Amino acid sequence: MNSASCAAKISTQPFSLNPTSPASHDRPLVSPKPASLFLGSTRKLRLSSSSKLNLHRRSGTVVAVSDVVKQKKSKSTHSLLITKEEGLELYEDMILGRAFEDMCAQMYYRGKMFGFVHLYNGQEAVSTGFIKLLKQQDSVVSTYRDHVHALSKGVPARAVMSELFGKTTGCCRGQGGSMHMFSREHNLLGGFAFIGEGIPVATGAAFTSKYKREVLKEADCDHVTLAFFGDGTCNNGQFFECLNMAALWKLPIVFVVENNLWAIGMSHLRATSDPQIYKKGPAFGMPGIHVDGMDVLKVREVAKEAIGRARRGEGPTLVECETYRFRGHSLADPDELRDPAEKAHYAARDPITALKKYLIENSLASEADLKAIDKKIDEVVEDAVEFADESPVPSQSQLLENVFADPKGFGIGPDGRYRCEDPKFTEGTAHV
Amino acid sequence: MLGIVRQKMLGQSLLKIRPAISVLRSYSSAAKQMTVREALNSALDEEMSADPKVFLMGEEVGEYQGAYKISKGLLEKYGPERVLDTPITEAGFAGIGVGAAYYGLKPVVEFMTFNFSMQAIDHIINSAAKSNYMSAGQMSVPIVFRGPNGAAAGVGAQHSQCYASWYASCPGLKVLSPYSSEDARGLLKAAIRDPDPVVFLENELLYGESFPVSDEVLDSSFCLPIGKAKIERKGKDVTITAFSKMVGYALKAAEILEKEGIDAEVINLRSIRPLDRSTINASVRKTNRLITVEEGFPQHGVGAEICASVVEESFAYLDAPVERIAGADVPMPYAANLERMAVPQVEDIVRAAKRACYRAVPLAAAA
Repeated sequence: MNSASCAAKISTQPFSLNPTSPASHDRPLVSPKPASLFLGSTRKLRLSSSSKLNLHRRSGTVVAVSDVVKQKKSKSTHSLLITKEEGLELYEDMILGRAFEDMCAQMYYRGKMFGFVHLYNGQEAVSTGFIKLLKQQDSVVSTYRDHVHALSKGVPARAVMSELFGKTTGCCRGQGGSMHMFSREHNLLGGFAFIGEGIPVATGAAFTSKYKREVLKEADCDHVTLAFFGDGTCNNGQFFECLNMAALWKLPIVFVVENNLWAIGMSHLRATSDPQIYKKGPAFGMPGIHVDGMDVLKVREVAKEAIGRARRGEGPTLVECETYRFRGHSLADPDELRDPAEKAHYAARDPITALKKYLIENSLASEADLKAIDKKIDEVVEDAVEFADESPVPSQSQLLENVFADPKGFGIGPDGRYRCEDPKFTEGTAHV
Repeated sequence: MLGIVRQKMLGQSLLKIRPAISVLRSYSSAAKQMTVREALNSALDEEMSADPKVFLMGEEVGEYQGAYKISKGLLEKYGPERVLDTPITEAGFAGIGVGAAYYGLKPVVEFMTFNFSMQAIDHIINSAAKSNYMSAGQMSVPIVFRGPNGAAAGVGAQHSQCYASWYASCPGLKVLSPYSSEDARGLLKAAIRDPDPVVFLENELLYGESFPVSDEVLDSSFCLPIGKAKIERKGKDVTITAFSKMVGYALKAAEILEKEGIDAEVINLRSIRPLDRSTINASVRKTNRLITVEEGFPQHGVGAEICASVVEESFAYLDAPVERIAGADVPMPYAANLERMAVPQVEDIVRAAKRACYRAVPLAAAA
C-alpha cells in the first residue's frame, strides 16, 4: 500500500489516522468504498451519536425492541427514562467502578497488586446498565475483566480490594485473585481466565433455573443469568455451541457482548469475518440487538427488554454493546496499537460524563448531589484500600484447604457421613 | 536379604503343588450374575430416582438409549428434562454441566468416549476441578464425567487413548476406574453422591462382561469408598497393581503364575486419584516385588506414580526393580496384530512377574 492511496482513504474519514502507523494498513475501516453495504453501516454504527437498535427478525416471534423504544421516545418526548433515585443509583455505581479501577492501577504500580489485572474503565455503562436490573438470586458470569461486575452485583469493595491484594479477607480468601472473583452470596460466578469458558457455565446456571422450575417444581424460580464476554470471544466455538443450546432449550439467559473493538492488540475487524456480532443471534433463532454501550440509559432500556424476555420464559437474547476500554488490555499492556484519535473519540463519549449531563439537564440531580456521591465513593475506595492493607495474608495452612468440598477426599457413604469416619473404612471393601 | 532366602525357597518349591485357592471371586450361596452395563444402568437409575437433582446429559443418552446402551430405559422413566440428548458440543455441554453443578444440581455428563473429553478438558480441569479452590470453598462442583476410556477393538489411534494419568495428575478431581460390576455400581453411586468433580473411567470391552454380585451389592444404598483399592487376590510373592480391564488380565496372569509356583497378589486400584498408597505399600512390604499394569502410554503414567510412591515409602523393602507394564509408546495402530502388540497382554504380565522374581530370561525387545 503506498502512502498516496492511504492519504486518499484518510480524507474520507472524519477522524485522522496516522498514515505511517503500520496497523492502519490493515483496518478495513479505512477503506471508503461506498458500494460496500457493510462498511457503510459500520460507519453509521461507529460514529453516529445516536445509535440505532437493530433487531433482525428471523422468526415471527421475535420482539422488536427498536420499535418499542422508538415508540417510547416519540410518545413521551418529555417524560424521562429514569427517576431521580434510579439516576443517582446508576451514577453512583458507575463512579464506584471508575474510582475503583483507577485505584487498582495506582496500587498495581505501587506493587500492592500483582499478576494480571484487567481494568474496566470506559465500559461501566454496560455493567451498570445490565446488572442494576437484576435481583440477588440472578447470576452474573464474567471474564477476567470482572472487578466492576463484582461491584455492580453487590460484592463489597473491601472484599474485592482484599482479594486483589491477595489477603485472606478477600471474597475468595485470596485464592482466586483478580481474574477469579466468586461470590456465592451475590451469585457472581465471576472470573474465568479463559475466554469463552464462562459462556457454557452461564448457560448451565440458566439451565438450572429452568430445571428448578420444571423438574423440581419450584414454580417461582425465574432467575436470569447474564453472561458477559468480549468481541474476541465471539469467534470461539464455545460461544456458538451455547447460542445453539440456549435457543434450543429456551434458557433464561442474556448473552452480553462487550464489543470494545480490541482483543489485546488484535482489532475486531482483523479477526472476524463478519464483525457485526448481533447478526449471529438470529442465525441461532434468538434476537440479536446492537446498542450503544457508552450510554447507560440506552443499555438499560435494552437490558430491561432482554431480561424481561428471559424471565417470562421466552428464551435467550444476544445483545451487542458497542463500547471501549480507555486503558490497555491489562496493566501490563503498553497499548501501542490503538490509534490515539480513536481513543479520543471514545473518551469524548465517556458514559459517566454523559449520564451526569443527562441528570443535570433534566433537573434530576444537582451538581452538589453528584459531587457528594463522588466524595462518598472516594471514601469507600480509600477505606477499601486501608482495609485490604491491614488485612492479614493467608496462613500457610490455607494452601491445602478447599481442594475438595469433601475435605478428606474419600467420598460420602450411604449413611451420609464421610467414609473415612466410618470405623470399618480400613477393613477394605464389601466382600463379594 | 529376605528376598534371597525366598528365592531359594521358591526354587525348591518349584514343583510343589500348591493347594487350590479359589480367590478370584468368592461365590456366595445365591450369586447373581450382572454385567457391568446392567450395573451402571441400575446405579444411574437408582441415583436418579433417589435424588431429583441428578440428571444425565450427553450424546445419544436418550432416544438412542445410550451409545453403549448404558442409559437404556432412563428416558422413558425420567423424561427428556432429566435425560438430555445434547448436540455434538462437548465443550458446551460439559460447561453447562459445571454451571448447573455450581447451582446445586448433580449432573452426570457422559462422553461417548473419553477421547472426546479432550474437547471439554478446559471445563473439566479449569471450571470443575479448580473452582472449589479458587472460590475458597464457595463453589463446589458435584459433577460426574463418565464414559468409556482406553482401547476398544480396532478403533484406531484417536479412539483408543487412556486418560487416567492425564486426569489423575490434576488436584481437585477424583478419578475412579471400576473393573467388575460391583465396582461399577458402588463407585458410580459414590461418585454421584460425592460433592466434588469425579472423572469416572469405564471400559467399553468390560460392558458386556458378567460378574457375580451379592445381595449387598444389589442394595440401593450400596456405595464403595473413594480412595480405597481392593485386593482381588491375596498372594505373597509379587504384587501386581492394575485397574479397569487390566485387572482381568492380571488375574489370569496370576492363575498362570500360580501353576509355576509364584503366588501373585493382585490389587484392583479402583481409585486412581486419590491413589491408595497405603494398600499398595503394605502389599509391597509383604511381597517385596511390584509390577504395575496399565493400558495407557508409559511415560508419566499411573505406573510411574505408583513406582515413585513405592520408592519413596518402601524402598528398603524392594528386592527387585519395579516393573512397569504399559501400552506401547505409539499411537494405537489399527491392524489387529499390531494392536495386540500395542496393548499389554497376559503373557507380558507373566513374563514381567517372572523377571521380578528372577526366574526368566531378560526382557524381550520393547517397543
